[in-house]
Order: sequence, then structure tokens, then C-alpha cells
Amino acid sequence: MHSLAEPILLLVVLTDFAVLATSRLSACIRAIASQGVLLGTLSLVVDGAWSIHAIALALGTIAIKAMLLPWFLRWAIREASVRREVEPLVGYMPSFLLGAAALVVSFAVAARLPATGSGPLLVPVALVTVMIGLVVLITRTKAISQVVGYLMLENGIYLFGLTQARRVPFLVEAGVLLDVFVGVFVMGIVVFHINREFDSISATNLSELRES
Amino acid sequence: MILLALILMPVLAAVPAFFVTRPGARTALLLGCATVHVMLVARLWTMVGTAALGGWLGVDGLGLIVLTVNSVLFIVVVSYAVGFLRAQRAREGRVLASGMLVFLGAASLVALSHHLALLWVGMEATTLSLAPLIYDRHDRRSLEAVWKYLVLSSVGIALALLAVFLLATAQPSVAGTRPLVLDDLVAGAGSLDHWWLRASFVFAIVGFGTKMGLAPMHTWKPDTYGEAPSLVGALMAGGITSCAFLGLARFTQILVAAGLEGFARPLLLAFGLFSLVVAAAFIIGQADVKRLLAYSSVEHMGLLALGLGLGGLGTYGAVLHVLNNGLVKGLLFLVVGNLVLAAGSSAAADMRGMLRARPVSAMLAVLGLFAITGSPPFGMFLSEFAIVSGAVQQHHPVVAIVALALLAVIFVGIARMILEIVLGARPAAPLVAIDRERPWMVLGPLVLAGIVLMLGSYIPSALQQQLARAATALGGSAP
Repeated sequence: MHSLAEPILLLVVLTDFAVLATSRLSACIRAIASQGVLLGTLSLVVDGAWSIHAIALALGTIAIKAMLLPWFLRWAIREASVRREVEPLVGYMPSFLLGAAALVVSFAVAARLPATGSGPLLVPVALVTVMIGLVVLITRTKAISQVVGYLMLENGIYLFGLTQARRVPFLVEAGVLLDVFVGVFVMGIVVFHINREFDSISATNLSELRES
Repeated sequence: MILLALILMPVLAAVPAFFVTRPGARTALLLGCATVHVMLVARLWTMVGTAALGGWLGVDGLGLIVLTVNSVLFIVVVSYAVGFLRAQRAREGRVLASGMLVFLGAASLVALSHHLALLWVGMEATTLSLAPLIYDRHDRRSLEAVWKYLVLSSVGIALALLAVFLLATAQPSVAGTRPLVLDDLVAGAGSLDHWWLRASFVFAIVGFGTKMGLAPMHTWKPDTYGEAPSLVGALMAGGITSCAFLGLARFTQILVAAGLEGFARPLLLAFGLFSLVVAAAFIIGQADVKRLLAYSSVEHMGLLALGLGLGGLGTYGAVLHVLNNGLVKGLLFLVVGNLVLAAGSSAAADMRGMLRARPVSAMLAVLGLFAITGSPPFGMFLSEFAIVSGAVQQHHPVVAIVALALLAVIFVGIARMILEIVLGARPAAPLVAIDRERPWMVLGPLVLAGIVLMLGSYIPSALQQQLARAATALGGSAP
């Protein structure tokens, strides 16, 4: 574990909270893009050794999570001309507090876990990113915000995967990245259609299908 | 080589299937690919134990059964699609064809993976490959269905990935063992860390359970199956769910090998029973036939989880049930799809009187009704009987009684609707399509009905052998 890893992990937590605290969708996307850069850098730093494997993974992560997907999401909000998350189910202050609680819980849980040999911060930061991702997914009503929440959830799991970076082979990592990319891509296309069909991308409009 | 061909051939064929402009060429490509796939799978039955890619891919009993279900289901669905595409003049024929081919490759990857992260990659790919096909009608309802399917499945599958990473953490690094390779995990099960293993199983049951549609993670299922074209519903209810069950079964296999079955089994039993309860509650009084089939799928996933959780004969029943469920779901979704197309609606009240309007499909629907509810002489009778007697054998008499009572309720609910559709008096609304039944659209279901009828009285010895192996690997026993 390189000493650079710890400040980077703290920055990851900051980007988590940046998504929680803002109502502007473009700011959310910027935060998730910077998280992508941090994740790519981490995969270089965490191993300590500059193997081809680590470099390829870092480049792939940055290309997909920090460039392609944010660019695509920006295209989607521009086409849909939405700028703000209007009515979250839970307000910004309460969801921010929820995030803070998640942070405390993550560190408390991680302290009790058996050691993974990857420094004291990686596992709790992974946990808090997963939890905040779920909070965003559940409490935000815009379809785009839900995509951002899903990306955060994936990023948290990716962080946890870094504890096993040396053991998960490159082919698998590439497959995971590709799946995430295609998944978000398909979601983006659906968001585009939702906008065209409903003149808004609120997922709350999607309530025709239920048991009568 | 043959293992790689099973995965790569359909995926590569998806590219020309998308770009070919003539519908005839596309159909030929689909049929050709499906035929070659079935033949290769048949060849694989003589090659159990083969491995490829340094043990990442392999052929074992359970994987082979799941692969066979997917391959047979696929060729039937493709033959149905020949008729369906003609009847529909679907603009999106190329999306349908290429999506289905990618699905076949991804499902083969899941069935053949002995590397759990690779299995995950395949599982996510099956999910994504069928998503565009749900949005077939391009209206608000199908849009809502796609969104729910995508968000819930993606979150579920993300948690399954966390389960895979947790499993990797549980495995100590010892020189010579391959990380996350099933055979090495099972062989070295004694040295796995129990704490991480338990955490991993909890996420696996939630993650793969979402993909299977175990209650309470089943909420996407009625909406998606209700809106998707029936042939896509057949691939989902028979194919994706079998793949997801395989994922859960692999984790169960590792926990059993590590001596943690006391942790895994009660969880599986709880999810299984709860799914049966939810299915029974929503099947009674259901007004829409496609949603009825979705809840029936929740029921059968519950039975699978129950069988896996019971051990003993119940696990043998669950493995046999994968085969029966996949084939019967294909049969029912396709024939009910024919009836829905004829009536122009999937509300049971608009569909009455189908015996006169669509005699072949209506008769097949009645056969499907008895097959899906586990009546003799169909195959599902044997597998459900094995699961329930497994409960008695493993000293869970309460589970057996509750399951039987819920199955009876579900039987009444499904029978009431299917018989109403087949025998009820035709409402005043005219049929949408006046023309006769297309042979292509009943041939496949007819074949499936024949197979499930055969499985009710005769199980070939090669199949019996693989069923027994699969059940033993999962900590169960064969009769």
C-alpha cells in the first residue's frame, strides 16, 4: 500500500458527499467523473508496482468511468434539457446526514472485519461509497440521478475489488468494466426515450404498472 | 475448443444478424446458429469433465443441465420467431435477432464458467442483452418496464459482484490455487475464512435472487414479463432464471463444501417459502395472464430455492426442476403469446373463447397448465414430488405441509384463468388477427410439450447420472 492511497481515498469520500449535497445534475456528473479519475489512479497506487496489468486497468477505468460515461450522461441531460433534481424524496440536508451516518457505520463495521492486508481506509471507503450510492438510487427521482447512484454503487464495489486486485485477472476486470459501460449506456438510451415520451425524466412518472 | 465455440459463435453471429438487411437471411442465420448450438451441446454430453482456458471453463452436471435448457429453449424460441416476425412485421427484427444471439452466448458463458467472476460477467451480459427487446412496442408501459428491469437487475447484479469479491477475500492466497476457480475453492474449502464466506453468501442470495426473482426482490418481474413480447418472456423465465439459479447454486456448493450448510440452508428455505407465499397471494385474483405467468415464475424460483435449501432428495428435485421449469415456461409463454396476439390484449376477460379461435394453442395452453402446476404425468410432478419428499426426509414436515397448501392454492388460481380463457364465452370484441394459426408458432411449443411429457415417465440414464452428480455436489442425494 502506497502512502498516496490514503489521501486519494479521502478525496473519494469527498466526491461521495458532493453528489449527496448538490441539486445540479451537471455537478453530480462532474463529481462522479472525478471519482472515476481517483479510482483509476488508485488502481495504480494500491499495488505499489507499476505492472502493465495495473497501467492498462487504470487507463481503462479512467477512459470509461471518467470520460466516456460522464460525456454520455452530459449528452443525455442536454438532450433532455434538465438541470436540477427538483423533488428528491428525501431532502438534501437529511440525505447528507444519512451519508454521515453511513460513514460512521462503515468505519465501525470495517474495524471489526478480518484484515484484508490493504491498509486501514480501503474497506471502509468502499463500504461508504456503496451505501451512499444506494441512498442516491433510492431517494432521487430523476432517472439520471439514479444512474449516477448506480455508478457510485459500482465504484464502491470496484474499490472493494481493489483489495483483491492482484488475484482477479485482467480478463475479468475488462469484462466487468465493459458490462458497466454497456449497462450505463443502455440506461442512458432509456433515459433519452423516457424524456421523449413523458417530456420529463422523472422516474416518478413511471407508475402505470402496478397491481390493481 | 468446443466450449469456446459455444460462447463465441452466437456472439459473433450477432454482428451480421444486426447488419444484414434481408429478413430471410437473418432468419436463416438465427436458425443455423441455434441448430449448431444444440448439436454442440449434445456432443458435450459425452465430454463431461472437459475444461478449457486453464480451468476457467468446464463441463459439470449442473452446468450441463442449465446449458441444455438454454440451448433447447433457444432453438424453440427461434423457430417461433420465424412465425412471429412474419406476423408482426416488426421494424426491430434486427435488434431482436442480435439481442437473442448475444443472450445465447452469455447464457452459455454462465453455464460453462468455473471461474466465478467470469460467471458474473456472463450473468450481467444476459441481463443487458434482453433489455432492448423488452422495449419492443415503444410505448410508455414498455418504457417503464425496461427502466424497472434495468435498475433493479443492475443493482442486484452489482451486489452479486460484491459477493464474488467477498468470496475472493475469503480464499487465502496459497501458491498453486487459482483464485475464484470453483474446483480449487471446493477442494480447498477447509481453509476458507468463514466470516467472509458468510458475508459473501448473503450478498449472493440477494444478488442472484434478484435475477431469479425470489420474493421480495421480484417486483420487476410482473412488469417486465407483462410488457415484453412473449418470446422474450420465454427466454427470461426459462433461461435467465436458470442461469441465476446456477450462480446461487455455485455459492451454495462452496458453502456446503466449507461445512457452512447450517448457515446457508435456513436462508434459502426462508426466501423459498416467502416466494411461494407471495406468488400464491398475487396469483389468486390476478386479471392479466402474462402477469399470472410472472408470479408463477416467482413460485417456481421459490421451489428451486427451497429444494437447494433442503438438501438430501430436495436438492435432487431442485436440479431436475431447473430442467422442467425451463422447458414448461418456454411452452406456456409461447402459446399464451399466441392467444394474446389473437385477442390483442393480455387481460383474461378479453381473451375468452380461445378454444374456437385458436384450437391448437388453446389445447397446448391446457397441457401447459397441467404441466406447470406439477400434475402427473408431466415432468414437474416428479421434481416437485422430490422437493416435498425431501422436506419430509430432512425433518421439515412443516415446510412440506405449507408448500403443498400453497401449491394447491396456486393450482386453483392458474387453472381458473387458463380454463376461463380457453373455454369461456367469446366477448363481443373481434379477434385482431383473423388468419389461422401459423405452423411455426405452434411447432416449437408442441415439441416442448412432448419433452416434458416424456420427462414425467422416463429420464434417460445419461441425464439421471448428471442429475445425481449435480445433486451430490450441492450436498444432496439422488434417489
